[in-house]
Amino acid sequence: MATEPVERSERIAARQRTHARHPSTREYVRIAIVLAVVTAAEVAIYYIDWIHENGLLIPLLFLFSLIKFSLVVMWFMHLKFDSRTYSRFFLMGLAGAITLYLIVLLLFRTFAN
Amino acid sequence: MASVSVPARRPGLLGRPTSTTGLWSWFTTVDHKKIGILYGVTAFAFFLVGGVEALLIRVQLARPDQNVISEAAFNELFTMHGVTMVFLVVMPLSAAFFNYFIPLMIGARDVAFPRLNAYSYWAFLFAGIFIYSSWFLGGAPNGGWFGYPPNSVLDPTRGMTFYSLGLLIAGIASTVSAVNLAVTVINMRAPGMTLFRMPVFVWMGLVVQLLLAFSLPIVTIGLVELLFDRRFGTHFFDAAAGGSPVLWQHLFWLFAHPEVYILVLPAMGIVSEILPVFSRKPLFGYQFVVFSGIAIGFIGFGVWAHHMFAVGLGPIANTAFGISTMIIAVPTGVKIFNWLGTMWRGDIRFTTPMLFAIGFIGMFVIGGLSGVSHAVVPADYQQTDTYYIVAHFHYVLFGGAIFGLFGGIYYWWPKVFGRMLSERAGKWNFWIMLVGFNMTFGPMHVLGLQGMPRRIQSYPESLGLTFWNTVSTVGAFLIAVSVLVFLVTAVASFRRPKEMEADPWDARTLEWFTSSPPPEHNFDEIPTVHSLDELWHRKYAETHGGRVVPVPAGGSGRPASGHGRSEGDGGHGSEHGGHGIHLPGPSYYPLIASLGLPIVGYGLIFGWWMVGVGLLVTLAGFYGWILEPSAE
Amino acid sequence: MATVEHADERPLVVEEHATSTGLPNTKLAMWLFLASDCLLFGALISTYVLYRGASTTGPFPNDVFDIPYTSVSSFVLLASSLTMVLALAAIQRGDVARSRVWLLATALLGSTFVGGQVYEFTAFHDEGLTLSANVFGSSFYVLTGFHGTHVTVGVLMLLTLVFLSLAGRLGPERAETVEMVGLYWHFVDIVWIVIFTVVYLIPTGNGSP
Repeated sequence: MATEPVERSERIAARQRTHARHPSTREYVRIAIVLAVVTAAEVAIYYIDWIHENGLLIPLLFLFSLIKFSLVVMWFMHLKFDSRTYSRFFLMGLAGAITLYLIVLLLFRTFAN
Repeated sequence: MASVSVPARRPGLLGRPTSTTGLWSWFTTVDHKKIGILYGVTAFAFFLVGGVEALLIRVQLARPDQNVISEAAFNELFTMHGVTMVFLVVMPLSAAFFNYFIPLMIGARDVAFPRLNAYSYWAFLFAGIFIYSSWFLGGAPNGGWFGYPPNSVLDPTRGMTFYSLGLLIAGIASTVSAVNLAVTVINMRAPGMTLFRMPVFVWMGLVVQLLLAFSLPIVTIGLVELLFDRRFGTHFFDAAAGGSPVLWQHLFWLFAHPEVYILVLPAMGIVSEILPVFSRKPLFGYQFVVFSGIAIGFIGFGVWAHHMFAVGLGPIANTAFGISTMIIAVPTGVKIFNWLGTMWRGDIRFTTPMLFAIGFIGMFVIGGLSGVSHAVVPADYQQTDTYYIVAHFHYVLFGGAIFGLFGGIYYWWPKVFGRMLSERAGKWNFWIMLVGFNMTFGPMHVLGLQGMPRRIQSYPESLGLTFWNTVSTVGAFLIAVSVLVFLVTAVASFRRPKEMEADPWDARTLEWFTSSPPPEHNFDEIPTVHSLDELWHRKYAETHGGRVVPVPAGGSGRPASGHGRSEGDGGHGSEHGGHGIHLPGPSYYPLIASLGLPIVGYGLIFGWWMVGVGLLVTLAGFYGWILEPSAE
Repeated sequence: MATVEHADERPLVVEEHATSTGLPNTKLAMWLFLASDCLLFGALISTYVLYRGASTTGPFPNDVFDIPYTSVSSFVLLASSLTMVLALAAIQRGDVARSRVWLLATALLGSTFVGGQVYEFTAFHDEGLTLSANVFGSSFYVLTGFHGTHVTVGVLMLLTLVFLSLAGRLGPERAETVEMVGLYWHFVDIVWIVIFTVVYLIPTGNGSP
């Protein structure tokens, strides 16, 4: 039976990663708590005038969303522990969407004040 | 001979059909080969319809100041011609070949999700019927295949509503199929078939599925916004309310540009298979051809606004897209040179498939040259919305995609149907088509540069456009003659007995390893792959002097000699070793589930109750699907 | 379809599949589908962002949004992601009954979310924000509507899993199916993370549309 070196090492790597860890229940709950706290923070800063006035709202909201997004994708969706193939496909879609739509919005001068 | 089993029928509502023969089996099939044939036949039927639409257009434009076809009808004709040829002919014809041959070429028994595959076909068929039913239900789409608002929003007939809904349904079919085929290519290859031992046709298939998966969602939203503007009074493209018609253009072309590569890459894949076989030489620069295909797919996402040079995006945008458009010519050129390199010093057989493949190269180069001229932005200001553009895209889509697909038809006909198409008739088909095609579209370069706009129902005598228009119309009828020649030879082939050898062309790839036509399970034993052009290397070895000599008979794994039998890989690594092969059984539910789509579509036009019915049918279809006894 | 055996490892029973990559078809398909769905929601979100502040007539976001209310919705959906991942963990452990409970919880939380949206949209509608009122209404409802539809389809899938589980047809050998539905569900959650921020929390401008 012939399997190719490339395929074989890929399989081993994939197996080792899935074999590695599944987060425990406690870890999942911890992540959920972090998500809740960050969401609370997002809502909180919405009401803090100082943040609006100093132009910090959008950067902070962006950061918070990024944290939540990453936590859900990497832990709940298990991408951190899974084969890189899944990540590649998802990144293709995500990066593609961000790039293309950013260009469209720029072409409309959406961000030009 | 392996034994094939299909699950036994269970009585009751969820009983699964078992028969894989007979008329009814075509409605319940999940076999990729039957589905491929369904796609092919349906697409060809639409090809004839779209061709008639073209002939009517050409009749109207043959002479100046005519009124054979009214302005309103003319708008419907060119819209439907475009929609038909793009969505109901070239795409499904490519799908036919992908469906039939990808599993065979990678040594698999079927695609990853056979019932989903059937669902895609039925959804496509219903989309086509839905769009065409518009002729009888208030008017066909008439806003051009590209449907620009405000016209497409404000048009009072039902046509553009049918357009948006019909294309949404077709989009669902293609998206689902894209995921299915991509997973198949990635995950279901025979042992030893690494990605870089796959035929180029399979590679192009993979690239196309990814293009579909990533571009269709964009136009889906565009179409939804168009539908909502028309049907529910939203303001997506309503400038007075703060919306913008240009948004449609971006969403549409973000899809429609990758779409043109979706249309031509399959044909390029076919050409990449045909040329080596009939040059008796391996494809020159296989890796370059593969990487060029990938590059074309990727860069294809970065050129869309070259369809919008005259919209007023500004010099920076226009420059950037002009440059990216020129860049994309490079990988295409690489492919051309690799194809030429394949033929160079080859032992060429000018069979019909080979003629079409060479014709592809010639015609596509012409189309590519006019394409590069469009990339020069100031030149495009002159060319856009004239017949020069019409010339360009017909050279690449007809001279390119259609010629390539015809090559595929002639090449693979013996594999699919167990009979050859007549070589003599094939040559008549090719030459009449080549002459007719160039007669039809060549003059359009001139007409365009003389200022003839697109989409006009008539032109005055005084413009001096008459002569070439008349020539073009004659050419169109020549094309029709060539298609008739094809139809006659196709029908005639069925009069011959079905006794085709496995490998009539002395080919290179795995589909020729099994009988013609293949058995339902494709291969008795899945072959183990050791190289690119696996079949060729099983048949031939190279001497020290580089001469190709046949491997002595009795060596491992020659293709089947008689019909109806296929030889497997006798070596180790063979699967099952005497176990039965389980194939997924047929099912009603893909058809039922997909039937919900057009019903919802009609409901959105004629009444909410019908939407409810459509949703129920969809749900029933999917629940039956989930709950029916598992296939394997 | 040869099985791969190496001297140094035994083939895993749970994760090994007779596929070219060793990865299961369903999971690969779902990730590819989710990748394509990014482009779907990207178009909707971009449309919304493009038209932010463009409405020539009211009601405007500040007139209708109730941030505390929508925040609660966000918490609900996030919680449902937790219950979903617990459902998957349970079935992978072989605890079918527990997984059923968590699946049901996820479905209920998801339904609560959708119910909350229906209530929210009804309130907006009564305040004059319709699909056709202005471009804000158009882009808002189509974006959140698409999301809500995705959630609804997800709830249907979850309830189907519960039903299959009750019928004894969802054992540990079908953990893959639960995982696939879970991936879809989490995706729907992360889309909401973006929508909540971009639509609700980023203000459209002082006192203007």
